Amino acid sequence: MARTGPAERPLSPHLQIYKPSITMVMSILHRITGAALFFGTLLLVIALVALASGSSAYGTVQAIYGSFLGKLVLFGYTWALFHHMCGGIRHFVWDTGAGLERGTRMKLAWGTLFASLGMTVLAFVAYLAG
Amino acid sequence: MSQQSSTSLRTPLGRVRGLGAAKSGTDHFWKSRVTAVANVPLTIAFVVIMLMLSKRDYAGAVKLVGQPLVAILLLLFIGSATYHMRLGMQVIIEDYVHSEGKKVALLMLNTFFAIAVGLASAYAILKIGFAG
Repeated sequence: MARTGPAERPLSPHLQIYKPSITMVMSILHRITGAALFFGTLLLVIALVALASGSSAYGTVQAIYGSFLGKLVLFGYTWALFHHMCGGIRHFVWDTGAGLERGTRMKLAWGTLFASLGMTVLAFVAYLAG
Repeated sequence: MSQQSSTSLRTPLGRVRGLGAAKSGTDHFWKSRVTAVANVPLTIAFVVIMLMLSKRDYAGAVKLVGQPLVAILLLLFIGSATYHMRLGMQVIIEDYVHSEGKKVALLMLNTFFAIAVGLASAYAILKIGFAG
């Protein structure tokens, strides 16, 4: 049942009590990027439906997606996509029971971040060069 | 319970073993992993297709999405991604929403959203593909 007054006993410690660690930050980012990608699919469905609707609808979408703000959102969406993908690969490794030692854990966490940033930059360079 | 055991040779323990509190065993976990594995190559294909798309005007974009290989990769991505994201959002809702009514409503919305996004995308891709 819902408690009305303040807790009279010590509560189990939660996030704010711990010193942030890279594995903790990556775990939180995995969930945040996952939730962002959930809503990010709207970007894809809007573009596809506009493309199927005709040139004027697609032109509007192109103008919005091609604006500075639009590009910024798409850049962020790309990073979220790659970050969640790399985080997922990290989870596959853990699912086998491997990579849970302290040192490996840290390396995998940093690796996830650098790989996702690297892939995003690569996609952005391909966009500029294309 | 007693009715079930009279029609089944399995012991009550045998029936529940491994299924856990959610009564669904590792079903959710397994589906989440299967779609995750599929999502890795499909995501890379998706980003490449989107990069190609960004350089084209309307006619060029229709032509690209209308190509069978591109359309099929996009359809596979949409299917696997929307299934995966529905599973993921379900866990987020179950973790943070504790009022039963709100939780059930959000879980329904989650399913509606995933199916609507998936179906609308698939319809658009097929329309472009079959029109060409």
